[in-house]
Amino acid sequence: MKIQSGRSRAYKIVSLIILVILAFLFAFPLYWIITGAFKNASDINATDRVVWWPSEWVGTNFDNLLDKRSAPLWELHVPLSEWFTRDHTQIVFSTGPEVPAAFRWLINAVFMCVAAMLLTCLTAAMAGYALAKKRFTGRAILFGLIVCAMALPKQVILIPLLKEMNALHLVNTLWAVIFPTVGWPFGVFLMKQFSEGIPGEILEAARIDGASELKTFSTVVLPIVKPGIGALAIFTFINCWNDYFMQLVMLTSNNNATMPLGIATLQAETSTDTGLLMAGAALASLPIIAVFLTFQKYFTQGITMGAVKG
Amino acid sequence: MAKQPKTAMTRALQRRENIAGYLFMLPSLIFFLGFVVFPMFACVLISLTDANMISEGMLGNFVGLDNFIKLFQDKEFLEALKNTFIIVVVSVPTVCAFSLWVGSAIYKLKGPVLSAFRCIFYLPVVTGSVAVTVVWQWMYNNYYGIFNQVLGPKGLGLIQGRINWLGDERFALWCIILILFTTSVGQPIVLYVSALGNVDQTLVEAAQVDGATDFQVFWKVKWAQMMPTTLYILVITTINSFQCFALIQLLTKGGAGTNTVMYHIYYTAFKLTERAGHFGYANAMGVVLAIFIGILSAVQFKLAKEK
Repeated sequence: MKIQSGRSRAYKIVSLIILVILAFLFAFPLYWIITGAFKNASDINATDRVVWWPSEWVGTNFDNLLDKRSAPLWELHVPLSEWFTRDHTQIVFSTGPEVPAAFRWLINAVFMCVAAMLLTCLTAAMAGYALAKKRFTGRAILFGLIVCAMALPKQVILIPLLKEMNALHLVNTLWAVIFPTVGWPFGVFLMKQFSEGIPGEILEAARIDGASELKTFSTVVLPIVKPGIGALAIFTFINCWNDYFMQLVMLTSNNNATMPLGIATLQAETSTDTGLLMAGAALASLPIIAVFLTFQKYFTQGITMGAVKG
Repeated sequence: MAKQPKTAMTRALQRRENIAGYLFMLPSLIFFLGFVVFPMFACVLISLTDANMISEGMLGNFVGLDNFIKLFQDKEFLEALKNTFIIVVVSVPTVCAFSLWVGSAIYKLKGPVLSAFRCIFYLPVVTGSVAVTVVWQWMYNNYYGIFNQVLGPKGLGLIQGRINWLGDERFALWCIILILFTTSVGQPIVLYVSALGNVDQTLVEAAQVDGATDFQVFWKVKWAQMMPTTLYILVITTINSFQCFALIQLLTKGGAGTNTVMYHIYYTAFKLTERAGHFGYANAMGVVLAIFIGILSAVQFKLAKEK
């Protein structure tokens, strides 16, 4: 018995050491991005030695990134507005001074993620509640369709989606990325799982008190499923930010690019200027990492809840 | 459920439920039907036509199954299919085994340490495919990349001279698989940690009282209880590996034997080649890919159910 416990303690220590080494390896690319962004050209292009730590911290990479190109600070396409204007042109609000394109990419990415997040949370919370608690006709078929669609690789439908966006005049606007993200059924599935936990008696009580359906939803249901909404919000934000394929196909002009897409185009144009690319990569990844670390708890919850009956 | 005779009262109640249910579903349904279900059906339809980038409307001319017949005679596509299968066959088991090991090694650690580990293994996922790809491209670089420097004669001395990691057919696909691996284990680890925490402790204790070793407890008790989690992980990892796109598009452009189906679809549909913008043909590939994923998911479900 003693030998057994000694052996298992040794195993524990060894596995912990391996874990720590692995953790360093997994964190290394991020470390390399951040230090790389501040290294000078000779550190980066050193062929005969590894520069583990910048010999001097320089800001030139960021300067280069910021004076690459410029774009107006803010533009908003009103979706489907050409259906309602007399000469069938799209309404576009555009304001602000010319700013470095990278700023614009950052604003675009944040706007895209926040819009997708808000729309997803609202629609999914309502639909999830209905699927879990309302016994309406056709509910089983709808839910079956949702589960099937979840197993489908998203990219497969991209070509018809592009044609559709083209017909709706949404190509090259952020909406072309936002709308399909909102339509993706994972959110509804997640919110249904959360809503199953709402006690039927509370809903019954609210109805007997004469509360309308909307009132019941906003005052009884929403507070209960709040953790689920938190999980979904952060999940949607991160997924939308990192959905490179969709952004690549839908956003065609430099002004409408997002941070990740902008960096990818820089990579295609100037793949030799590694310092510039690292500065871009740092700007593309640090905001999203900050969001992740802040709401980590919700995020973990969301991942596990989605899998419970997956 | 036995059918009850419907009185006017229950019918009125049912109607109320229907109206409320569909009103709550409506906003979500608009997006789901409009931007997921509709393109899904359109995808199948377009794959039966010769639609291209400039053809009017959604569809071109109907050509029946021609696209699919052409597909299986197309050497480039078959090559891409082969590479995709290599990626899936290698990465799915390694991701599952690795995340199971990490999960079981960290799930008993104290709160802050546990969440620190979980975060670090999740970092490459959050960092985003573009940023991750850009930094790995630098690390793999022929001249000033860290791999050649550390492994080369001046470092560990494991390799002679310089290796062109992403340009050499012997290494390129494995380099891609390595990056894919680091960006795939985050979610499975989170799932395994929570599944291990939820294992029924009374069963574990009962087995220990009966004299089971740690190893036996793990396989006979915990593994069996984690089967749904494992299944879910298998399915999402398979789908992720099939979809491997950004890495290929940004690192090799499908060169050096790294073409995958996902990249080939993109290339066929949007890049100017002799098949420029052949949406119908590209969609046929998408349909084939979806069928493969469907079959694999079904097989995994079946295997897991039998166990």
